[in-house]
Amino acid sequence: MKASPVPKIAVWKFASCDGCQLSLLDCEDELLQLAELVHIANFLEASSRVESGPYDVSLVEGSITTEHDRERILEVRRQSKYLIAIGACATSGGIQALRNGASVEDFIRQVYAHPEYISTLRDSTPMSAHVSVDYELYGCPINKTQLLEVISALLQGRKPRVFSHSVCVDCKLRGTPCLTVTRGLTCLGPVTHAGCEALCPSYGRGCFGCYGPKESSNPSSLVSHLHEHLGVPFVELRRLLSSFTTQAAPFVEARKRFPPGT
Amino acid sequence: MSDANDTLSPTESELRVRAGAKSRTISVDYLARVEGEGALFVKTRGDVVEDVKLKIFEPPRFFEAFLRGRLASEAPDITARICGICPVAYQMSSSHAIERSLGIAITPTIRALRRLLYCGEWIESHGLHVYMLHAPDFLGYTDVMSLAKAFPDVVRGGLFLKKTGNEILRVLGGREIHPINIRVGGFYKLPTVTELASLREPLLRARDHALATVRWVSGFPFPDVQRDYDFVSLRHPDEYPLNEGMLVSSSGLCIHPSEFEQHFGESHVEHSNALHAFRRSDGAAYLVGPLARYNLCGDKLPTIAQQAARDAKLPVRCLNPFQSIIVRAVELVFACDEALRIISDYRADGPPFVSAAYEACEGAAITCAPRGLLYQRYRLDADGTIAECKIVPPTSQNQRTIEDDLRAVVAANIRLPTAELTARCEQTIRNHDPCISCATHFLRLEIEDDAKRQQDT
Repeated sequence: MKASPVPKIAVWKFASCDGCQLSLLDCEDELLQLAELVHIANFLEASSRVESGPYDVSLVEGSITTEHDRERILEVRRQSKYLIAIGACATSGGIQALRNGASVEDFIRQVYAHPEYISTLRDSTPMSAHVSVDYELYGCPINKTQLLEVISALLQGRKPRVFSHSVCVDCKLRGTPCLTVTRGLTCLGPVTHAGCEALCPSYGRGCFGCYGPKESSNPSSLVSHLHEHLGVPFVELRRLLSSFTTQAAPFVEARKRFPPGT
Repeated sequence: MSDANDTLSPTESELRVRAGAKSRTISVDYLARVEGEGALFVKTRGDVVEDVKLKIFEPPRFFEAFLRGRLASEAPDITARICGICPVAYQMSSSHAIERSLGIAITPTIRALRRLLYCGEWIESHGLHVYMLHAPDFLGYTDVMSLAKAFPDVVRGGLFLKKTGNEILRVLGGREIHPINIRVGGFYKLPTVTELASLREPLLRARDHALATVRWVSGFPFPDVQRDYDFVSLRHPDEYPLNEGMLVSSSGLCIHPSEFEQHFGESHVEHSNALHAFRRSDGAAYLVGPLARYNLCGDKLPTIAQQAARDAKLPVRCLNPFQSIIVRAVELVFACDEALRIISDYRADGPPFVSAAYEACEGAAITCAPRGLLYQRYRLDADGTIAECKIVPPTSQNQRTIEDDLRAVVAANIRLPTAELTARCEQTIRNHDPCISCATHFLRLEIEDDAKRQQDT
């Protein structure tokens, strides 16, 4: 993909914690240089100067949870040459997708005194459920170095160098001893998309999957293995697969294979 | 901006003119330089402010609902996702609340490291707000990028300060946003003395930048506003509050954090997806955040921060919300200084965390998010699953006070041209660094003005 010489960039927020767009502001060493290389035309969290579209690149954070946002993302797509979904919410529906399948009415009643004031969709869905997405950057939150790489690749008209292997591979590259093998800890590293540089295992903590499933992963096999060899209860494994990317298809499939009662 | 009076039919407008009513509407659909999205509605009639609404229609995300049925040990990681700017605050309040429920007593080392972690978040969050969100208002810039062209060295210093805060979060928490090394009872892994020592040099430089920030922002032009707030903050007998203390207010309250819900309530208003907090005694609004902490606990600031405040002529009792930017800068000095103190005392002794068996129990805690106090309460079943929880973030507590501020600012500046009044309103909102992601998020400004419409048509 290749954008115009000085690409016009927009950053959009949908249902989210702000953390992924904050990654851009957390590029303290690169931000001012970036602002020279690209034209930041619409980034509401950072600037009150807002230019209308069309835009060369739209970075989109958050998931779709309201009728208003469902219409807004269609307009963002129409205005954008390239649309990049950033983070677990935009690529899988995020943690707020835990409402999917539950009774939203019950959820609203639990949190709000006047349910009639609340307008929300039944499900929290990723951008790809509504519009065509040109690139998906995973993570809860995304890795800011990867974000800069995606933007750089776009500026240079090449494919981003973002690896698609598992966290497990990164542990080997870092030289972190396997926590499952050496300490019997539950770890989603074998099925989780790389991007965090295998952070949790380096702190002695099993991967809890915040980058979501890697392509062609087999979480069901991992679930069987952890249950049979380490005695981890299915309820705990189901819970582990129901967090920041709960609606990612491989995780949904694995939960179906081992439903409550197994 | 758009003129909302376009929607009035000629008949309605004629009726208003006949009745002698003159009102004004301005609208800014998406307020910039706040965390999250929201709107504002202001309606004036002649010289009278008729209505002010800080509208928050950020899509609700139902954290309190889907936390039910999760394990208590998951609460720090899940609640962190409420806010990417202050995840540590959520991790701290949830950890403390669950520890209080289960009767876990943390070690002095864990306590000190938690303060250090919080210092990192304060530096990162205040650095972001002072330089990227708030300072541009005072100097007439749209953003930090344009500000950097006019004040390159100052902005570079600010970015370094922010980066140093993030560096603390990275070393101690694993990463800046949604740190992974925090758990109920402590940490997964204690940092080594050498790892923390690596923060010393950048923190010394950051503290100098923080002192320079106090000097820089204290020279900004401040509107002459004095507001009679009821400040509410934690107060600790020996230190500036972060994780512990009694809940005190300028109206004389002094209670244990677990009594919060007996004294403060939340109501659900139609124009906001964030609940509005109020004092149960009289239903009135109150203010949490840097201004409240400074007014109630300024005497607990380290000497270097108190001196910086004095040199900047910041009054000991500061009631001007626009000067909250100086208070944030003073707190930056505190956070850098406190981080340096903790690092130099650090010995890496004791276990990384303290655990306890699950039991049916309940507990609450308050810690000091950069924007003000963050309350969380958990009720656990015997197997450690969360049966019920309650989360009261700082921004929902400040919503009504922000509306009161706007009412005062619009009343005092009612003759200002629309564009200037709008800008002043936006600045008034930013004074309190609202985090609409926390409270939910979506902010928009409308001011109604029939008189203006008469002139236009």
